[in-house]
Amino acid sequence: MTESTNNSPSVTDSSNLRAWLTTETPRSRFQAKMTQLYSGWQSLRSNPLALVGFLILVILILVAVFAPFLATHGPSEQNLAMRLAPPGSDGYLLGSDEFGRDIWSRIIFGSRITLMIVVLVACTAPVFGLLVGTVAGYLGGWPDMVLMRITDIFLAFPRLVLALAFVAALGAGIENAILAISLTAWPPYARIARAETLTIRNADYISAIQLQGAGSLRIITGHIWPMCMSSIIVRVTLDMAGIILTAAGLGFLGLGAQPPMPEWGAMISAGRKFLLDHWWVATMPGLAIFIVSLGFNLLGDGLRDILDPKGEQS
Amino acid sequence: MHSSEVAQQLKADATLEISNLDVFFGQGMERLQAVKDVSFSVAKGGSFGLVGESGSGKSTVLRTISGLVGDWKGTININGKSMDYRRDRAFYKTIQMVFQDPYASLHPRHTIDRTLSEPLILHGVGDRDDRVDQALLDVGLGTAFRFRYPHQLSGGQRQRVAIARALMLEPEIMLLDEPTSALDVSVQAEILNLLADLRQNKNLTYLLVTHNLAVVAHMCEDIAVMNRGEIVEVMSVETMRKAEPQHPYTRELLLASEGYVPE
Amino acid sequence: MSKPLLEIEDLWVRFQTKRKVVEAVRGISFSVGRERIGIVGESGSGKSMTGRAILRLIREPGKVKAGKILFDGIDLQSLSEKEMRGIRGHRISLVMQDPKFSLNPVMKVGQQIAEAYRVHNKSSKAEAKKRALKMLEAVQIRNPERVYDSYPHEVSGGMGQRIMIAMMLIPEPDLLIADEPTSALDVTVQMRVLQIMDKLVRDRGMGLIFISHDLNLVSSFCDRVIIMYGGKIVETCRADELQQAKHPYTRGLLAALPHIHSPCERLSVLERDPRWQEEPSVDAFI
Repeated sequence: MTESTNNSPSVTDSSNLRAWLTTETPRSRFQAKMTQLYSGWQSLRSNPLALVGFLILVILILVAVFAPFLATHGPSEQNLAMRLAPPGSDGYLLGSDEFGRDIWSRIIFGSRITLMIVVLVACTAPVFGLLVGTVAGYLGGWPDMVLMRITDIFLAFPRLVLALAFVAALGAGIENAILAISLTAWPPYARIARAETLTIRNADYISAIQLQGAGSLRIITGHIWPMCMSSIIVRVTLDMAGIILTAAGLGFLGLGAQPPMPEWGAMISAGRKFLLDHWWVATMPGLAIFIVSLGFNLLGDGLRDILDPKGEQS
Repeated sequence: MHSSEVAQQLKADATLEISNLDVFFGQGMERLQAVKDVSFSVAKGGSFGLVGESGSGKSTVLRTISGLVGDWKGTININGKSMDYRRDRAFYKTIQMVFQDPYASLHPRHTIDRTLSEPLILHGVGDRDDRVDQALLDVGLGTAFRFRYPHQLSGGQRQRVAIARALMLEPEIMLLDEPTSALDVSVQAEILNLLADLRQNKNLTYLLVTHNLAVVAHMCEDIAVMNRGEIVEVMSVETMRKAEPQHPYTRELLLASEGYVPE
Repeated sequence: MSKPLLEIEDLWVRFQTKRKVVEAVRGISFSVGRERIGIVGESGSGKSMTGRAILRLIREPGKVKAGKILFDGIDLQSLSEKEMRGIRGHRISLVMQDPKFSLNPVMKVGQQIAEAYRVHNKSSKAEAKKRALKMLEAVQIRNPERVYDSYPHEVSGGMGQRIMIAMMLIPEPDLLIADEPTSALDVTVQMRVLQIMDKLVRDRGMGLIFISHDLNLVSSFCDRVIIMYGGKIVETCRADELQQAKHPYTRGLLAALPHIHSPCERLSVLERDPRWQEEPSVDAFI
C-alpha cells in the first residue's frame, strides 16, 4: 500500500510527459517538434534491428567519450617484454601488438578517430551534395547543366582511387584523408537531392510559397531541403560503413592516419605482417570496423523505413 | 454575345481584366498552345467562374494570372495595372490562390503555424502571433490547430488552412482552383459556405475554376465556359439556370450535370 | 427478380495495426442481381473496401471475414488463390479509379485487351484484334489503330481509364465492380462509358456494382442504391426514390449538394450523429 502511494507521483509524472509528447494539439513550436521526435523514437523502438544499430552507435560514442576510463593502458604505451601477447594474457584483454601495446586500449582510443572521421565527413559531403543537387534541380537550365556535369566528372572516378590521388597531392595524414573522402563522397548526394528536387519543385506547396513572393534561396533551404533530408540521412547512414572502410583503407595503405595513431585501418595494416602466427593483431581492429559498419547499416535500413515520407501517412 | 463584347461591358469597374491571352507549353517543335485568345474580366467584389473539363486550359489561365506559368502573350490587367512576366512584391499582396488538392498544397514537414507565419515574415508584417490565431479563427479552425502538422488534419481542415494561408496577406483577389473537387460532398458544403462568408466579410473578388456546374452556379454571378483552350461562351448564371446557353458544348455540359442520360 | 448473382452476408474488413484495429467494413449484408446497384458514401465509408473484399484484393494487414460470399453458387471464400485468379477478370471484373496500376507497362495496350479477350474466348489472334479495336472504338477512342499499338505510358490519364474499361468489359464478365470508374473522364466520354455498361446489363444480364460518391449520377444511373456510412449500410432504396430517402445521413448528403436550378444563400451542413455508428447495418437484399 505504502509502496504504491510512494510510486504514484513518479508514475503520473511519466504519464504526464507521455501525454505531453503524444498530444494531438501541441501548444508551442517546441512541443510540436518534441512530439515529432517522440513518434520517430517510437517507430525506431518498434524496429529491433534498427534499434541494435542505434545502440551500437550510442556505445561507440560512449566509448569515445570515456576512452581514458575504459582503456587499461595508454594507446602508445610500449612494453617490448610483452610484445605479441595472445588475447586473454595477463592485463592484455585482446592481446598486444609488435611493440607490446595493448590492442584493447588502442581500439578504445581508435574509436575517437573513427568518430571524428564519421562526424567530419557527415557534416561536409552531404551538405555540399545537398546544396549542389537542390540548386541544380530547382533552378534548372544552365546552372543545372554545369553543376551536374561537374558531378558526373567526380562520379566517373572510383572513390578510393580519387581519394588516393587527393591524399598523394595534399600529403599523407588523417586530416587530408578526411578531406579527400569528403571531396569524393558528395556526388551521389547531389544526384539524390537533384532527383528529389525535380519531383518536389512542381508540388503545389512550392507554387504556394512562390505565390507569396519567396525567393529561390528561401524556397531551397526552407522548403526543399526538409523534403530531401530523409533520403539523404538514410543514404549517409548506409554510406558511413563505406566511409569508415575507405578511411581504414587509406590508413592501411599508409596514406591516412600515421603511426603511432591508433587508427583501426592502420592497425590492420601493421598486423598484416603477423597475420599467420599472431592473428589477433589484425583481427581485433577488423572486428571493431565490422561492428561499427554493421551498426550504421542496420540503422540506415531502419531509418529508411522510419523516414520514408510515403510510409508516414499510415 | 461574343466574349470580347462582354469584356467591353465590364471594363468600366474591372479589378481583373484578361484580354487576348495565349499560353504556351514546351519549346521549339514541341511548343503547344494551351490557351487561345482568352478574354474576360471580373468586377471588383464579383465572383467569376471558369468552367471546363480536364485539359480545357482553365487551370492554366489561373496559373498564368498568378505568374506561375512564364510563356504567355496578351494582357493581364490587375487594378488597371498591366502585369509583366516578373511580378513585384505588391502583386503578392493583391492576389492569392487556393489549390485543388489540400493533400498536396501544404508542406508536409511544416507546422500550420509555420505555413501561416511565412507570408507574414516574407512581407515583414508584425504582430504575427495574433494574426495567425485570428486567421485560424476566421476559417473556423480554432487556435488548437496552430502547432499541428498537415498529416494530423482531415482534407477539409487542410483546405481551411490553405484558405487561411491565402488570406494572410489580405489580398483583394482570390484565385480558386477547384477548391472542393478533392473533398467529400458534406465537406464541400462547409468550404463553399466558408468561401461565401469570407467574400462578404472581406470584400474579396473571386475567380473560381471548376468542372462542376452546380458549384459554379452556387458561387458565381458570371461564367465562362472553356473547351480546348478557348472560351466558347460567357454568360450569366441566370442564363444558365434558364437553360438558355447558346453554344452546343455548354448545353452538353449542362445536360450531363443532371445525371445519366440513357442512349 | 430472379436468383441473385452475388450474395454477401455479414462482411467485415479489419485492419490490424500495431496500436489499434481499424474496422473499414462492419458487418454488411447485401445481394446483387442482374441489375445496376450503386454504393454511395463519403471517403472512409468502406465502399471501396467492399468492392475489393469481394475479389479478395485486400492486402495485409487487412483481414476479410464474412458469413457468406456466394457468387453464382460459388463460395468465393473457399476458393484457392489459383481458382480465384480464374474468377477475377473473367467472371468478375474490377474497374478502378486510377488506371496506372492496372495496365502492364511493358505491353502494348492493344495486346493487353486482345489477350483479355482470348483468355475467355477461343479465337484467332486476328479475331481478337478485331474485337479489341471495336471495343476501343466503343469507349470513344478516336484513333483505335494508333492506340492499339501504343504503350500505357504514351496515353493520357483519361485515355488510360477508357482503355482499362475496354479491357475489363471485353471478356464480358458476369459481374462488374466499378469503383469511381468515370470521375477522371470528361462528361461526354463518361456518358458513353455508362451507356456501354448499361447495355451490358440490359442485353447480357450482367450485374453491376457501381461505387461512387456522386449522388446525382448514382440515382440517375442505377436501379438500387446502398448508402454506406462508417463501414455500415445506413439505408437502401430504389434509385429513383433517393430524393425521398429517410435516414438523416442520406438526407444530409442530399441537402449539402448545390443545385443549378434551385439557388440558395448557404448550403446546409451535415451534422453527424454519433448514434449512426452504433445502429445496426441495414440488410440490402433484392
